[in-house]
Order: sequence, then C-alpha cells, then structure tokens
Amino acid sequence: MRELSLNVLDIVQNSITANANLIEIELIEDINNDILKINIFDNGKGMTEEQIKSVTDPFYTTRTTRKIGLGIPLFKMAAEMSGGTFIIESTVGVGTKIYTSYIHSSIDRMPVGNINETVSMLIRMNPDIDFIYTHAFNEKSYSLDTRELREQLDEVPLDTPDVIDWINEYLTENDSMITV
Amino acid sequence: MKSLAELKAIKEKAQAELAARENNVDGTRVLVGMATCGIAAGARPILTKFVGEISRRGIANVKVTQTGCIGICQYEPVVEVILPGQEKVTYVKMTEDKVDRIITEHIVNGKVVDEYTIGNCKL
Repeated sequence: MRELSLNVLDIVQNSITANANLIEIELIEDINNDILKINIFDNGKGMTEEQIKSVTDPFYTTRTTRKIGLGIPLFKMAAEMSGGTFIIESTVGVGTKIYTSYIHSSIDRMPVGNINETVSMLIRMNPDIDFIYTHAFNEKSYSLDTRELREQLDEVPLDTPDVIDWINEYLTENDSMITV
Repeated sequence: MKSLAELKAIKEKAQAELAARENNVDGTRVLVGMATCGIAAGARPILTKFVGEISRRGIANVKVTQTGCIGICQYEPVVEVILPGQEKVTYVKMTEDKVDRIITEHIVNGKVVDEYTIGNCKL
C-alpha cells in the first residue's frame, strides 16, 4: 500500500464483512507532538481472543477462496515501521477497535494520501452503513456523521451523486479550515 | 461554508429523479475488485474514475460496484463489465486511461475493448 488511506479502505472492508452498520474513522494529526493516529471502530460481530491473536498473521484469513489475508498485517507493518504502534481490541457481539499510531516525521511513515476519497468511496459503496469520520489537526477538528445527513435526506440514499458531491466538498472545505 | 441545510434542496431534486431510477432494473454492471490486492494495485482511483465519468457523461442505467478478490491478484486492478444479456468481460491491469476507452467503446457502444481483456494480457 502506498498510502495509509488505502489501508483504511481495505481494513474497513473487514468491518463491513463483520456486518457493522456503524463505522468510525479517526485521523488525528498531532503535529505539535509529532504523532499521527488513525483509529477505526466498528460495531460488527467482533472476534474471539483466539481470532484477535491470529489476525496479524498473514496466513490467517476468514476468507475461503484463499489461505492468505494481508489486510491487517500490512496495516500493522505500516504503523510499526514508522516507530508507531498497532493495537486491536475486540469483543464478540460488540465490535472491534483498531488503534494505530505513527511518528509523524518518520521517513518510514507512509503518506496519509487521499483519505477523503477513501471516506467518500466507502459511503458511496455502502449507502446503508453509517460512517463517522473525524479529522483532527493539532487542536482543531471536524466530523462528518452520515446519521446527521440521513436526518436531512429522509429516504434519499447517501449514494445519490449530488449527496456524494456535497460530501466531497464538505470534506475539502473543512480540511482547509482546520489545517491553516 | 457547506451546511446540512443544503441537503434539503438536494433531497427534493433527488426525490424527483429517484422514481425514474427505480424502474431501471436491467442495466450495465461494472464491478471493480477492491480486496487488499486490488486496492494495493490502484483500484481506488479506477473506481472513482468510472463513477465520475459515468455521472459526468450522464450515462444512465450503469451501476458501478465493488467486488472482492476473484483470485487473479497478479492482474489487478481488475474490472468486470457486464452488459445486460451478455457474457461478463474481464479487463485487467487497469489504468485511468483505459477507463475512458472502456466507457466510450464498450459501455456506450457495446464493442468490447479486446486488447485490455484478460485473454490478451501478457504479464
């Protein structure tokens, strides 16, 4: 993966496969402390202790078509090679939480890349799932909560092109507000 | 500044279009492989380009969706195009430039872009 935002796109597929209907993505850029954090929380079916131990092993996967699963090992590697950490917590029937941290200035830290494209694509491809995306930059932050969008839209689906355009503009505009 | 209130206007416009859309059952399907292998090989901009171009050109009755790993990871990014009533066509080693031709020649005009298909790909 060339961008951390691609890892996020990939890891969220696990949440979707686990039947989550609420997925939170946090991007925290704490430049003052030279830390980058990316967290993903879902309310999917969760994992047993044994599964949690196995998921970072590339030769473990829940998929049946092939015996290798690289999503989580790649995400873990990206965090650890920058001098950061990877933590996964899960409770059966409650959901899964993944916390990753990175040394922001590390030469071995992958760029975040186009996280907005990841968020917008996840919403467009999964219009029945709710997403909460939070982007913090030092002390400023903003959120996008699709449940609030739904309140305004009634039965109009989130994958309506005009809604996706609105989401893209909302993300771009808020990024420019918090990163000044 | 974007406000949630703007969504009200979008809603009213969309509600009018929604009724028409629901009648279209037998459309063209575009499936983009978005498992770890596809994403790592560059599937995200391919999917964005398909959705963007189809909406920009106002092509009706095409549904772009994602699919998982179909087991040919070495050929990713992989895109499958299924025109109603026709065999599935598998395009491999996709690039954003290839998307333009596939939309114009295959999706709009019904002519498969042979040179981009898996049968004509040498790794």
